[in-house]
Amino acid sequence: MADTQDKTNAEPDARFSLLDLFRNPAAGAFAGLVIIFVFFSIFGWEKNFLTPLGASTWLNFASKVGIIALPIGFLMIAGELDISVGALIPAGGIVLAMSVENFGLNIWVAVAVTFAVAAFIGWINGVLVTRTGVPSLIVTLATLFVVAGLNAYFSKQIAGTTQHSLPDVGVVSEFILGDYHSWIIGEGDSRITIFRSLQSSFFIWILVAVACYYVLHLSPWGNWIMALGGDQESARNAGIPTDRLKIVLFMLSAMAGALVGMTEGVLANSASTTTQFGMIFNSIICVVVGGVLLTGGFGTVTGTVFGTLTFGIVFQGINFTTFDKDLNMLFIGVLLLAAVLMNDSFRKFASRASTGTKKK
Amino acid sequence: MSDNTPVIELRNVDKSFGPIDVLHEISLKVGAGEVLCLLGDNGAGKSTLIKTLAGVHAPTRGEILVDGEPVSFSGPRDAQERGIATVHQFGGTYPLMSIGRNFFMGVEPTKGFGPFKIFDRAKANKIAVEEVQKMGITRITDGDRLVGGLSGGERQSLAIARAVYFGARVLILDEPTAALGVKQAAHVLRIVNEAKKRGLAVIFITHQVMHAMAVGDHFAVLIRGAIAADFRKGEKSREEIADLMAGGESMADLEASIEGYMETHDGHPPKVGQEASA
Repeated sequence: MADTQDKTNAEPDARFSLLDLFRNPAAGAFAGLVIIFVFFSIFGWEKNFLTPLGASTWLNFASKVGIIALPIGFLMIAGELDISVGALIPAGGIVLAMSVENFGLNIWVAVAVTFAVAAFIGWINGVLVTRTGVPSLIVTLATLFVVAGLNAYFSKQIAGTTQHSLPDVGVVSEFILGDYHSWIIGEGDSRITIFRSLQSSFFIWILVAVACYYVLHLSPWGNWIMALGGDQESARNAGIPTDRLKIVLFMLSAMAGALVGMTEGVLANSASTTTQFGMIFNSIICVVVGGVLLTGGFGTVTGTVFGTLTFGIVFQGINFTTFDKDLNMLFIGVLLLAAVLMNDSFRKFASRASTGTKKK
Repeated sequence: MSDNTPVIELRNVDKSFGPIDVLHEISLKVGAGEVLCLLGDNGAGKSTLIKTLAGVHAPTRGEILVDGEPVSFSGPRDAQERGIATVHQFGGTYPLMSIGRNFFMGVEPTKGFGPFKIFDRAKANKIAVEEVQKMGITRITDGDRLVGGLSGGERQSLAIARAVYFGARVLILDEPTAALGVKQAAHVLRIVNEAKKRGLAVIFITHQVMHAMAVGDHFAVLIRGAIAADFRKGEKSREEIADLMAGGESMADLEASIEGYMETHDGHPPKVGQEASA
């Protein structure tokens, strides 16, 4: 028994200096991005991986995953998942298309309606998760299929088709929501291309990332989100409205999914009800590669952005190399595994000095 | 507040969940600058009692008085607003967040204006480090350090410092030393003394008699949801208390059996002591 009580403090030791290095797993995500970028720059040089036009391929791809990955990252930091985004993307496209085409709404009113529909679905997700305590994976799996079914049903009932056309919606809205943008300085041989053929979604992604950075790292809400995933019970005791916060996060991820659907719809002048199952995994991969812990409680916006860029480069970059295209899945698998192992070691390092109390 | 009015008092509190009675006729009081040690084995009803004090459960019968006035808490938040702070075994801290962020969880200091309020990290870190140092943890100097890198004792101390800073008057410590090593436990006990010096009413829940005796002014032993013994510092020996906790018998039976044991075993305590040392 603890009969002798030594009054001296447990003194610090060398491991704390090491801890400082691991304080920011976004640094790991950044290192991964640099390695992947250099790798594909070398092997994709011949096929113009680094030219503005080449870069736009993977940046455009990354932007769409990225818009979704950021709020999904918030949810994962808060200890939840949302896979219903796979159905929210087509929902965003077809609600917008039907609002404009079948109901004759102004494009911006239609955007508001689409966001409202998405927010409602997110709200249902959030309420179901917080009220029932059923894991969010299952709840959102259910809503994934429910929404996918509703997409097809309402499409056929209202428009009589699953493929909606969305003709030009005006110059301004097209410019903001879905168009290709280039910025070329000078003329003739001396012109410098800053960027070329970047979709509107790329710029939307930047805006979303800045907003998310503010929320997670600068505003007090970021504290709350991390506390949700760190220890929900304590967060509630500290007076944080845990349920409401979670519902808002589900609403944000659903709205992000719909936003991507809208940008795609406006860009392609059409929208389809096809559920995008791939995006579910893509967004989760980006978040994990970006250093968000699967167990929740920690993550960064910069990390998620780095993770998304890395993912975009690997996914699209393979086309710029002489490697077989089928290998990109293998690349992504290895990348994901490496990221998960790194994140896990970060978590262990960060809580190593706590005299083993965490295990209990 | 007069000196004699206990900061918090329970009068004949019963708590039952459906047909199961968990607490019977609990009466306790703790004054400012006093440490009440609540001892009891696992399943004695300690957790329920804490939750009742912290506003999680409403008592089925009986009343809770704060500063001599009967109160009924609408929830944990309400209890906290009346100055009742509960610190759980792991301190209610978030391992992957910084000390400053942990300290101000839910009450973040902000700077900036309008809707663009920014978490004031520098201020949060400064206050957190100052407050923790005032509690005698001089090792913590960097508010950016992750709480996961602190020892269990330091995490407890951080949580206690937080409660004190935010105006707690009653500090409920739920087994703060249970998972700690000897040094770490000593650490926490020192913090408890510090809180006591500052005039807080402390309710210290433990099943480690040594720890209780190091800081307690007043002791209550909980057995099967009832208070089986209530005594002040120095009235009982460590062995007697350990026996009380482990017995699970009524007070009288226990005393008789302890006396019987002491007589036949040359003053040595019964087998409980052997179990504890094994």
